[in-house]
Amino acid sequence: MYNGKYRHIRRRHNTIKELLFSGIIIVDYVKSKDNVSDSLTKGLSREGVERTSKGMGLRLRTSQHDGLGVDEKLFISLLGKWDRNERESYRSHTTGIFVEDERQFQRWNDHHLLQLRQDFLRLKDAVVVYTMHPWERDARLFNEALLKGSQHHILIETACTRSSQQLLGARHAYHSLFEHSVEEEIAFRIKTPERKLLVALVSSHRYEGPRVDNNLAKAEAMVFVNAIKNADKMKQLVEEEEIVRILSTRSKLRLKAIYDHYKEITGNFLDEDLDGDLTLKQVVQCLCAPQAYFSNILISSLRLDVEESAKDSVTRIIVTKADDEDMKLIKEEFQSKYGTPLAAKLKEVANGSYRDFLLTIISKSD
Amino acid sequence: MASLTVPAHVPSAAEDCEQLRSAFKGWGTNEKLIISILAHRTAAQRKLIRQTYAETFGEDLLKELDRELTHDFEKLVLVWTLDPSERDAHLAKEATKRWTKSNFVLVEIACTRSPKELVLAREAYHARYKKSLEEDVAYHTTGDHRKLLVPLVSSYRYGGEEVDLRLAKAESKILHEKISDKAYSDDEVIRILATRSKAQLNATLNHYKDDHGEDILKQLEDGDEFVALLRATIKGLVYPEHYFVEVLRDAINRRGTEEDHLTRVIASRAEVDLKIIADEYQKRDSIPLGRAIAKDTRGDYESMLLALLGQED
Repeated sequence: MYNGKYRHIRRRHNTIKELLFSGIIIVDYVKSKDNVSDSLTKGLSREGVERTSKGMGLRLRTSQHDGLGVDEKLFISLLGKWDRNERESYRSHTTGIFVEDERQFQRWNDHHLLQLRQDFLRLKDAVVVYTMHPWERDARLFNEALLKGSQHHILIETACTRSSQQLLGARHAYHSLFEHSVEEEIAFRIKTPERKLLVALVSSHRYEGPRVDNNLAKAEAMVFVNAIKNADKMKQLVEEEEIVRILSTRSKLRLKAIYDHYKEITGNFLDEDLDGDLTLKQVVQCLCAPQAYFSNILISSLRLDVEESAKDSVTRIIVTKADDEDMKLIKEEFQSKYGTPLAAKLKEVANGSYRDFLLTIISKSD
Repeated sequence: MASLTVPAHVPSAAEDCEQLRSAFKGWGTNEKLIISILAHRTAAQRKLIRQTYAETFGEDLLKELDRELTHDFEKLVLVWTLDPSERDAHLAKEATKRWTKSNFVLVEIACTRSPKELVLAREAYHARYKKSLEEDVAYHTTGDHRKLLVPLVSSYRYGGEEVDLRLAKAESKILHEKISDKAYSDDEVIRILATRSKAQLNATLNHYKDDHGEDILKQLEDGDEFVALLRATIKGLVYPEHYFVEVLRDAINRRGTEEDHLTRVIASRAEVDLKIIADEYQKRDSIPLGRAIAKDTRGDYESMLLALLGQED
């Protein structure tokens, strides 16, 4: 009965008979409802397909890819063993990820293909960035932010949350890597009103000592109070000379004092009152309350249905802040604001070696 | 080329300190001895002398000098003895304290120093004044002056020789447009002058001359204080020796001499390019710099200046 195109089945049948006979393998009975590979041998109901796919670690979705990273072990243990026919069966049953092409083959849904590639790369990117010298890392962040369509929020984050020495080092590395100064690139490529502020932020070399002139801090808080009160549509706040001066030249300690004085005077938080100008809002947050800024981003990005850029920020923040005393503070802020530890949230949302890598990094500051 | 001369066999720092100490002892001071030592030591050697002096005698050499010396001679010796980056920080601080007339000193420091030296000056400023240089400059200037000076002192220009000729052409066009329109404080003018590397600016200005026939500096000759600052910026970045010659000529030929400017230039360039500046000066004025200085100054101040120039009589 095994002839023609069924010849291969005879070989396998005989091989298995031999293995059984010599006791090398035993065949156990598995109930259908427990059989994770059932979807590969027969057509199942939707619920059955969902159950078995989940059991393999492949999440079925209709829109975005779930989670961050890939469970490599599961992939290897299941997919790795399937032969051609089993894989074909898998493809025709997981209609969320594969589509029936008019030329009779099951095609990867382009979007999912991209997602999976990105998720496989997530660990590689994290590792590469983590091993880089922080100066090179920040220089490349600046460069990417400029070339990928002016991602100002990454420029602001990098320029405002590093120490003066680190920022200087990043500018240094930028020279070596890109043969330009970072400020000349920002000044050249950005044409929007934020340009002056961004150039000034990246050029700052703030004093980091403990001395703060409190009277001057009060006076400068009043500058914000008045500017916000008198804000009109004619000139954006972000172009206000005095605001740019204060935010880009004063020490971080002085800025925190200004932040506190602002609260005393108006009863509000400065960054909340800057809701109308997202750039300024972010600058103030990064300079005056960086841990809150970072944990906000982490909580909104550690979800199952977010954009790729949000997932990238998880990697970026954890990898760039891993070595700072900041990481400890970020974890504390995260826990106190959201009730769960950062590690737990990561376990919920991230997969595989990528997840393990991040968990290892953040546990360094325990 | 530097004009500083150092003896072939330099005494140890300890010996120098002993000698300096003896110069201060008793009534009056042995200025000639002080000049013979300090005016012939490099920055590294002077630093070691200061350290050794403090360790040996428990006193800051600079404080001693301040006590013992007077007038222009004292100012020159103090400014000279400082480390180059401390000196720049000190000079910048003095400039922010005064009126806008001194703003060109800030331009001078920001433009004639190498990018690295400017960074070191900013760090020395932190240490000495517990503030950042840019915050003081921003606070003490307004309007167009602030618009130009803050980016200048905050710049960390690319220091390499790579030049983009297409960009140079494009930016020389922009500069020409704005300057012909007398839009001197235009954002683009400031952007180009405050962020491009010196090599790139050099290429841009060459294009300016080739494509538009005129030297940009000629177009910036008449005008207000701000235009003068722009001129100083360009000169300082691309033709520093000419810039310094102009400052020196101004300082020496004025009725009475502007000692502060003379002090600053001689002290800050003696270890850098004072010899070249002196040669340029002679070309411009047909009188050697040393002779011009000798004519216009006197006493120990004159001796120290000439010593730093490498021209003692």
